[in-house]
Amino acid sequence: MQPSSQDSRVNPDSTVSDRIAPAAIEEVLTPAMCVKDLDFYYGSQKALEGISLDIFNKQITAIIGPSGCGKSTFIKALNRIGELEGKVRVEGRVEFFGQDIYGDRVNPNRLRRHIGMVFQKPNPFARSIYDNVAYGVRLTGRHSKAELDEIVESALKSAALWDEVKAKLNQSAYGLSGGQQQRLCIARALAVKPKVLLMDEPCSALDPIATMKIEELLQTLRQELTIVIVTHNMQQASRVSDYTAFFSTDESRIGQLVEFGLTPKMFTSASQPRTRDYVEGRFG
Amino acid sequence: MTTEPNFLDQSLDTEIHQSLPLTRTLFSRGMTVLAFALTGGALLPLFAILFEILRQGLPPLMKLQEMRLLGLPISIPEVLVSLPAPEGVQDRANGFANAIVGTLMMVGIACLISVPFGVMTGIFLSEFGKRNAIANAIRFITVILSSVPSIVVGVFAYAVIVLTKLTIPIPLLNATFQTGGFSAWAGGFALSVIMLPIVALSTEEALKLVPTSHRLASAALGGGRFPTICRIVLASALPGITTGVLLAVARAAGETAPLIFTALSSQFWPQGLFSPTPSLSVLIYGYASSPFKTQNQLAWTASLVLIGLVLLSSILSRLVTRSSLKIR
Repeated sequence: MQPSSQDSRVNPDSTVSDRIAPAAIEEVLTPAMCVKDLDFYYGSQKALEGISLDIFNKQITAIIGPSGCGKSTFIKALNRIGELEGKVRVEGRVEFFGQDIYGDRVNPNRLRRHIGMVFQKPNPFARSIYDNVAYGVRLTGRHSKAELDEIVESALKSAALWDEVKAKLNQSAYGLSGGQQQRLCIARALAVKPKVLLMDEPCSALDPIATMKIEELLQTLRQELTIVIVTHNMQQASRVSDYTAFFSTDESRIGQLVEFGLTPKMFTSASQPRTRDYVEGRFG
Repeated sequence: MTTEPNFLDQSLDTEIHQSLPLTRTLFSRGMTVLAFALTGGALLPLFAILFEILRQGLPPLMKLQEMRLLGLPISIPEVLVSLPAPEGVQDRANGFANAIVGTLMMVGIACLISVPFGVMTGIFLSEFGKRNAIANAIRFITVILSSVPSIVVGVFAYAVIVLTKLTIPIPLLNATFQTGGFSAWAGGFALSVIMLPIVALSTEEALKLVPTSHRLASAALGGGRFPTICRIVLASALPGITTGVLLAVARAAGETAPLIFTALSSQFWPQGLFSPTPSLSVLIYGYASSPFKTQNQLAWTASLVLIGLVLLSSILSRLVTRSSLKIR
């Protein structure tokens, strides 16, 4: 279904040598997550059909597509958070470093510690900035005050928020601006040291300056993390991502993967006409 | 009226300065007056009650008594620290301190029973029973329980606690515990039955107001149901739950009928949990229908103290939840 995905794995450095440091090319080839023939149902309603794609380790994968094509559903299937919102059924396989995440013996809570998530609207808890970041860490067991302080500080620094909040760590997180709240949510997700970070339209509720800060942040995080970002904004996808997946629906309202490949190729010479139409703004 | 011809041409200008048709203006004015009048009418009984209680109940509170508390001399209204004096005895301090203690005891017992059960029920209804037949049944039963007349609750507690004579051994203390008879804990139990549905339903409502996105955020960090509910949902819903508990406390503190059947009353200090116990509401009931003027007047004062107690508990718990939220 996606010949370009195959292409990219065979010869990844032909088009992206300037985007990816040479040392990273080895890692490019290891997928952090493998999705194989994924069908996703809400109750009896099929939402996704036959999705197969690889999410490469320490790369940024953007997911684009028109509204209602199942982008959010797809990334919610990657950390099994979709099943908290209602009755869902999954067919096919989603592997996280070779492990089937829908396997019988998988503890979804432990899984979600490794696959963090940032939501569309900033959703800090009604607590202090410090407690927001420390929450996930405290769930994993007892930590000394010094350890927690260090983790909170480094998470806030990774999220480029430390300098703005270091003087008011004990104040409510609701006192922050929308962009700061979203970066706090990123810091909160980073504090538990995930291997993959899922971002569901993280900038759609933010102004351009806050969006720019988050995009800059993504560029620094990419050295450590595998990132999957859903976005409505095609410029954003082309700016930040290494790989792009284009989802769309047909008349049946079931989301499908149309094409997956290296971002520059997807935006300049996509193989599928539907992808070309979408990225050039002719539909969707 | 000055206009700026550059911005508005003449017709638009006259159009926007024209008043509405007379009928609509009159109707609008009339409805405003009506709304204010009806609001005033609705508030009138409340202020009338408060005014009358203050007018009648305040004078006995002015009679102060010198006391020593923790070595410090203080003046305190006599009625708040004295036992009821027998009618006709002139030179003895008269008051209802025992009823204040009894009410506090029984409302306390009722809270100890109804808050854990009610909050747990609310958590179950909100977090575990979204579209669940058992939860729907429990919700229905809880709503019915909240509309059971309090006298029926009193008779129920009378039947299951006052009339039964069970001897329950307390293992470690080598003692026994005798149920039955009129007692503070029977009164507290009856009040807890009244409080339970209020606490449960208001907890459910408070939990439902916590955004789902907070639950998802916690889950995305690896928080299972238990930490999510305890640390995120309950913490956010605490002010709402407190309000519900306070409503229940206010209701329970004023209930008379269940206490007549269960705690009865007495002229003395409460003798522990297992003997008849006075309460403000039963005292008000008795004194208000008494033929003696002094007792009638004390009924007003007791009403004032009861309202004051409910108000005080409401203010205190609001301060506590507010400051705890700030620290978090």
